[in-house]
Amino acid sequence: MRYAYYPGCSLHSTAEEYDISTRAVMKALGVELLELEDWSCCGATPAHSSDKFLGVALPMRNLFIAEETGLDVLAPCAACYNSLRHAQAAAEEGEGQEARRALEQILGREYRGDVQVLHPLELLGGDEMLEAVRQKVTRPLRGLKVATYYGCLLGRPAREVAFEDPERPVSMDRLMEAAGAEVVRWSYKTDCCGGSLAVARPDLVVELVAGIVRAALAAGAEAIVTACPLCQSNLDTRQAGAGERPVPVLYVTEALAWAMELPEASGLGRRHLVDPAPALAAVNSQRGMGEL
Amino acid sequence: MSTAVTLDFYRRVAGESSEPIARCYQCQKCSGGCPVSFAMDLRPHEVIRLVQLGRDEEVLKSQAIWICIGCKTCQARCPNDIDASRVMDGLRALARERGYRPGDERVAAFHEAFLRTVQGLGRAYELGTVALFKARTRDLFGDLTLGLEMFRRGKLKIRPSRIRRRAEIGRIFRLAKGKRP
Ligand code: SF4
Ligand code: SF4
Repeated sequence: MRYAYYPGCSLHSTAEEYDISTRAVMKALGVELLELEDWSCCGATPAHSSDKFLGVALPMRNLFIAEETGLDVLAPCAACYNSLRHAQAAAEEGEGQEARRALEQILGREYRGDVQVLHPLELLGGDEMLEAVRQKVTRPLRGLKVATYYGCLLGRPAREVAFEDPERPVSMDRLMEAAGAEVVRWSYKTDCCGGSLAVARPDLVVELVAGIVRAALAAGAEAIVTACPLCQSNLDTRQAGAGERPVPVLYVTEALAWAMELPEASGLGRRHLVDPAPALAAVNSQRGMGEL
Repeated sequence: MSTAVTLDFYRRVAGESSEPIARCYQCQKCSGGCPVSFAMDLRPHEVIRLVQLGRDEEVLKSQAIWICIGCKTCQARCPNDIDASRVMDGLRALARERGYRPGDERVAAFHEAFLRTVQGLGRAYELGTVALFKARTRDLFGDLTLGLEMFRRGKLKIRPSRIRRRAEIGRIFRLAKGKRP
């Protein structure tokens, strides 16, 4: 299995551990990733918030590059995934169509619209891949209670981006169960963490994060698992003092890589503000080894 | 206000956002689900209603249109398939076009700083964005400790990453600008 890989800017900076663990897990599962040549920023929230044309043209440039490879695209960042899917949906009318024509001019080739954009949760959440994950797990996360947190961008707007029930997603739950963890029930799976307001309005993000962290604790979670760099960063860096104890926030691929004992994933825990080691120690104690 | 003026603003916003604003019957589900409505001066359903009524100034000056995060909870809940976040996107563009001072200058400064790094490099650059943002908002010390902590953990890169074909990004930005009146 081969995919064109669109890491996006976060996975090359604040979310490098998501990049490293995604590549490691995919490799272990026999999925080959080819990073898109000269990929550019998807524009994220500031682009579509400021200008509809930019909100389509910036992500779409990457779809043009992907078309050259003939491969479908894997985009782990939920914000990039959302922008790319939006560009695809918008390509046929209005300003989206204008953006598409403009890019055809700039890049000197036609847009075919024939690549598929996937998020790792969609790829890994299918039955066959889940079975492959189960086979590869050598250090089950037995006894670890996790809250799966999907956030906004993987399910909304549903008609453009959802690959499962947008109100009750389960792909990450199934993956964590395949890795041996216990998934808690809670009602904050698809709530918003404040996303890109982190720099401009940290006061609001602190408030939203506090609600999410307290709900996870109340549900008995020892860790929160995410699939979005904005969610991970906001929950990890803005939760100080929110709950009676800090809750580590792991990328789903970090948790999987740890359960599969992939060497690439060792040491990633040091990149987190809330140290995941104590939560994983409970799992460790049954096996007596390893450090994330 | 005359009906013509009312319709003019309504049509402009409906066109800019491509959202069926006329269908809104004020059920308030959008505001009920909105994670930041507690901090808004106008809640999402009020923004929609004021657009219907053509009360442009109140809406364009509001801080609500700037602190909407685009989480689309409103869109998911609306029984009439209205995406209030797209209406907010359109209103921000209109506010800028008409020269209104942004209702939340920090958010506006962040968007601008982010896009300037992307325009120049083809990629986002956190430190550059934050530096531009701080210069604009004169907020030199906010989040300093957190920044250092993230830096220590290898989460902030000193050197920006840039793409080779930056000219293509430059042309995209010029075209976008050219389309604004
Ligand atoms: S949910 Fe839709 S119909 Fe209800 S108030 Fe909001 S925009 Fe109007
Ligand atoms: S998209 Fe904006 S208006 Fe809609 S629920 Fe989210 S923050 Fe509120």
